[in-house]
Amino acid sequence: MKKKSDGRAAALFIAPSLIPLLAIFVLPMIAAAVISFTSWDLLSPPHWIGLDNFQQLIHDKEFLHSLTNTLLYISGYLPMVYLLGLAAALALNRKFKGSGALRALYFLPVITSWVVVALLWKWILNPSGGLVNSALHTIGIQGPGWWTSKDWSMISVIIPSAWKDLGFVMLLLLAGLQAIPPEYQEAAAIDGASKRQILFKITLPLLTPVTFFVIVISLINNFQVFDQIWVMTAGGPEGSTNVVMGEIVQNSFNYGHMGYASALSMVLFLIIMIVTGVQLRLQKRWVNYE
Amino acid sequence: MSNVYMKKSTRPKIFTTFFGLVMLFPFVWMITSSLKNSVEAFATPPTLLPKHPTLENYRHAFQAMDIPRLFVNSISVTVICVLLQLLTSALAGFAFARLNFRFKNVIFMLYLATMMIPFQVIIVPLFIEMRQLGLIDSLVGLGLPSVVSAFGVFLMRQAMLAIPRELEEAAILDGASHFRMFFSIALPLCRPTLAALAILASMSVWNSYLWPLVVIFSPEKMTFPLALANLQGEHLTDWPMVMAATTITVIPIAITYLILQKQIAQSFLTAGLKG
Repeated sequence: MKKKSDGRAAALFIAPSLIPLLAIFVLPMIAAAVISFTSWDLLSPPHWIGLDNFQQLIHDKEFLHSLTNTLLYISGYLPMVYLLGLAAALALNRKFKGSGALRALYFLPVITSWVVVALLWKWILNPSGGLVNSALHTIGIQGPGWWTSKDWSMISVIIPSAWKDLGFVMLLLLAGLQAIPPEYQEAAAIDGASKRQILFKITLPLLTPVTFFVIVISLINNFQVFDQIWVMTAGGPEGSTNVVMGEIVQNSFNYGHMGYASALSMVLFLIIMIVTGVQLRLQKRWVNYE
Repeated sequence: MSNVYMKKSTRPKIFTTFFGLVMLFPFVWMITSSLKNSVEAFATPPTLLPKHPTLENYRHAFQAMDIPRLFVNSISVTVICVLLQLLTSALAGFAFARLNFRFKNVIFMLYLATMMIPFQVIIVPLFIEMRQLGLIDSLVGLGLPSVVSAFGVFLMRQAMLAIPRELEEAAILDGASHFRMFFSIALPLCRPTLAALAILASMSVWNSYLWPLVVIFSPEKMTFPLALANLQGEHLTDWPMVMAATTITVIPIAITYLILQKQIAQSFLTAGLKG
């Protein structure tokens, strides 16, 4: 009974998703690869230029700058969101009055859109009349220019990003913490281990699989960071927050360089594939328990 | 949770409560700013509660953007895309979990591979494709990329695999067709996963900014994120008005969240741990 083929029914079940999937994801993915070898402004037909786009992007100062900006953004965002998310998860990994409400509170920014988050923080960090600088001014400190200053713009986009994602990181880490059998920590406590020892020798090592997972998805998502930066600074001032995705959007939709933008997309794709590949390779080695 | 070793400490409690207020504060500030007049909003020292509360900013927000239209657009695109995504995902999920057919594994691998394609990477060719189809600046073009999800198929397959075989065999003995089995056994049993997928999909469509930015030009075809971002002025931004506009969009979401809080957290976890 199990072995008979249900080919005709299966076709009907699969076609409604397979056809759109091919049209919306697979075909554009192949097209992106092909277009990256052309020069195309959408007005005249594309023409094949081989590897020219890729040769150009290696020397493109703006692109390289956007790449280092993306890395800079990640190197500020990731430790911030992870450490704060970990602190929240450790503190909320017990039931007390109001712990459920607090978890809900931490998670509220996660469901808010990036655009709202960006506008909200842009106003809070407004150089004149914004909450932070007004408060600083009240105690006699001249606040910085935040998103209008090229020295402060990066931190101005990192803070809202970490604020928004913290609850998600906390949620994953909480699930990880709750999977640790309490007997481990209890046994260590009975043997006289201090809280700090329990944290660093038992809890955190057992949390490495989740930590690893958080780092990988954060890397995958944030190499593509765009929304909040575009709303807050549009890549400025003076390109100080221009990230790879901003460079792709500008090249394609502002300058009409479809070929070059596709080449940049392929570089982004390659980076994300490398992160995914590293994950698949290391996953087995990192998992401490199941 | 019986973490004995931490029982007596109240420090984490104080820390999390304080930090929770810090997390909440930007929302509080958004609402109070929206109720202040333009002088008080920029005042130093800042006032927490408005001294002379006014709804003027809300009136300006309704003038600056067609809010009823935006609600209609956002809601219709979200509802239609999510329903289609649920249907297409459940159908394919059922086939991969429950049917035998040739090339099943190869086709499923194709879905898994598609899951790894970041949307940002294909945005340029997708725009060109929509342009060829004449779907630029239309709600159909806006919604089309969200009507299927390889991840949704994957999620539904996992759920359908968990259905006990006995149920299926009983249905076959009763002479039920695959479609009967799908609608009367598989779908009802997968309700929790369908709910999780619905939550994730609706948030992703409702909050989407990049694709609408690329594909929509006319204000009357925009959804909320794009219209909100466009409220910023070239040089000067009427921040209290912008805060009124964001408050209008956040309140329905926050209420939905309060009602569905557990399910929402659970669906993120499902996505995180299975994806």
